[in-house]
Amino acid sequence: MMQLDMDEDLVRRCHSSAQQIADGVMERIHGQTTDSVERTILRLLGIDGVDASNVPLPNVLVNQIREAGKLQDGAFHILGNAVVATGRTPQELALAVGEKELSITTFPEVEKQTQQRALAEFLDAGVQRILTTKSKRERHIQQLGEGPKPWLYVIVATGNIYEDARQAKAAAHQGADVVAVIRSTAQSLLDYVPFGPTTEGFGGTYATQENFRIMRRALDEAGEERGRYVRLVNYASGLCMPEIAVMGAMEGLDMMLNDAMYGILFRDIAIHRTLIDQHFSRIINGYANIIINTGEDNYLTTADAVTEGHTVLASQFINQELAHRSGMPDELIGLGHAFEINPQIENGFLLELASAQLVRQLFPHCPIKYMPPTKYMNGNIFRGHIQDALFNLVGITTNQSIQLLGMMTEAIHTPFVQDRALSLENARYVMNNARALGEELQFQPGGKIQSHAHDLLSRATTMLENLAEQGLEHALEEGLFAGIKRPLRGGKGHQGVVRCSDKYQNPFMEIFSGRMAVHGR
Amino acid sequence: MDVDLTCVRPYGDTKNDGKVQLSFTLPLPASKESQEAAKRLAEAMGMKNPEAVHMQDLGESFSFHVLYGPVSHSVDASSIHVAEVEHPVMDFYATNAYIAEKLQRTIRVVGACTGNDAHTVGLDAIMNMKGYAGEYGLERYSGFETRNLGSQVPNEELIAQALDMKADAILVSQVVTQKDTHIHNLTALTELLEAEEIRDDFLLVVGGPRINHALALELGFDAGFGAGTLPYHVASYIAQAIVEREKHL
Repeated sequence: MMQLDMDEDLVRRCHSSAQQIADGVMERIHGQTTDSVERTILRLLGIDGVDASNVPLPNVLVNQIREAGKLQDGAFHILGNAVVATGRTPQELALAVGEKELSITTFPEVEKQTQQRALAEFLDAGVQRILTTKSKRERHIQQLGEGPKPWLYVIVATGNIYEDARQAKAAAHQGADVVAVIRSTAQSLLDYVPFGPTTEGFGGTYATQENFRIMRRALDEAGEERGRYVRLVNYASGLCMPEIAVMGAMEGLDMMLNDAMYGILFRDIAIHRTLIDQHFSRIINGYANIIINTGEDNYLTTADAVTEGHTVLASQFINQELAHRSGMPDELIGLGHAFEINPQIENGFLLELASAQLVRQLFPHCPIKYMPPTKYMNGNIFRGHIQDALFNLVGITTNQSIQLLGMMTEAIHTPFVQDRALSLENARYVMNNARALGEELQFQPGGKIQSHAHDLLSRATTMLENLAEQGLEHALEEGLFAGIKRPLRGGKGHQGVVRCSDKYQNPFMEIFSGRMAVHGR
Repeated sequence: MDVDLTCVRPYGDTKNDGKVQLSFTLPLPASKESQEAAKRLAEAMGMKNPEAVHMQDLGESFSFHVLYGPVSHSVDASSIHVAEVEHPVMDFYATNAYIAEKLQRTIRVVGACTGNDAHTVGLDAIMNMKGYAGEYGLERYSGFETRNLGSQVPNEELIAQALDMKADAILVSQVVTQKDTHIHNLTALTELLEAEEIRDDFLLVVGGPRINHALALELGFDAGFGAGTLPYHVASYIAQAIVEREKHL
């Protein structure tokens, strides 16, 4: 059995620094909420749909609360007062606000307990909806079974949800275990979630609740035909992180890309805004049994995979720790990394093997997500297909959990039907042929692989210990990840953060983290 | 090898055999009929007696086809001229020395991925300190002062930043080209600059994997750089173009 000889003392130091870093972050985001967290609460209370100018009703309400200067009291508080005073349901109230017939913030204030009683039935319904979806998934997996790991993960990105659904079914037919719908390229920066089925997008398809439903149905059909459960992925990321998490939890998504660090670095989203959003969204994902995928692999698209490989490790330690703070077990924390070493480097394959094996061993219970070469895919599709084969060989040898398959046409276009089919064929061939290779190999003590792994780990340790002293925000300001600098007081969505008043409550947070029982059960 | 430039044909394993490879998916299930359909399509594309060497069912009524055959067409390569950036290429040191000697000041460059485009890989490769493939980016040049605005920058914001830093050159990167979104973005930028009557205040440069110099000129830019461009290609072009512009003032 292939095992790296890791310095356990370094591993301990990494974990302990990551804990210190996470403590700092949690302390600094404590007691604050955001526009999107409040919209998530409204969605959980049953508010959905759009007004006459297509603005989602959760946005209409939160905007009105914000304009009245009452966001710090929270949507639950405001809605509770309104339900007590009017006897109308949250959705009825939202529709009336949408019709401009009602101001939601003008009702007399009642006690927290009175608000909770008035909203209990809606709160229960929201929680129940997630639990029902969750048990349906468990039943499906039990009945249908699932593919062996690494799960083969492909993307669809046509812009048209109906085309996506057809291509996803074809991919399932070709052996895909996981299908992700790539989002339209600007969606992460929209401060609302579009509504209804969509047929136009750029470089991808909008994440909407209806689109989630359409894809879930398609994959369930494909799964039944193929006798294998097929997982569905989308993005709980960007400015609407927790809202999309809750939509996914309601509609049976299985995985969510969910990483504040990615949004901060690559989308310039405000640091604390997205960390607050991430905390609630991970609490939701954990409750709904949804695997999150973190985005460390992306660092290597801008930074060098050999000299900066340790930054991926450091970030994984932090991301794992932050996910723990949101109550997620390791089994749901899909840390990301990538095969991005320059293919011209001699023995580059050995270095890839070293880093993939290291990540596997450092996070043994996490469903590690391994990303394919993208940076050095240059339009030579024939070489690209071979790079992808080597990537698949590392994936199977080091026992990765989720293998996002590379496309030979990477950097040319979003995948054609045949690109996906050839890619799946590549992975099935390599993995079937080398299934037990990792069990037969051993690393040369003090050899190239062992030394590279040790070097990565010791550099990650140094970096984490530095970060523990400075704090995560400082590291982001200094450009320590992906070579990108982000100021603490800047970024998109920073105006959407507010410090909670003592009237504030978010019972969903309590229920999902197991601190409060669901009413009546 | 003796090639008749007025009549060039693909070379498979014999001169002028015209052999090409072709692969595509048809929205038809794999069958004798769909393979015949693939052949007829190849014939309509100019292949004579194409050989269908591989067919694979992809599910959901899709089939994948691979064909080989000779094309009946040829091209006259003697009359082809491709527009390219014509300035001589200088390396990092030569470019810095050139700027120091000819301008006695730094050149200010602002760069962005505009519109919806969130892919900063190309822009970062050209602008970042570290650069790409061992070649330093513009930030590292003593001759340049740079501002990298990153992804998804509205054209209006790019122009505002260019005015704010009194930029000599604007660098736009476009990676996403689905539905010609890059054409719209790039056209919108030149139109905005023209509307403000400041188009000529800036050297306008665009880069991206689907960009070429001819397209850039057509869209009203001064230069375009495609796949395989390294930072010093852009740097030495900008340096020379700015020096030329100053001469004309």
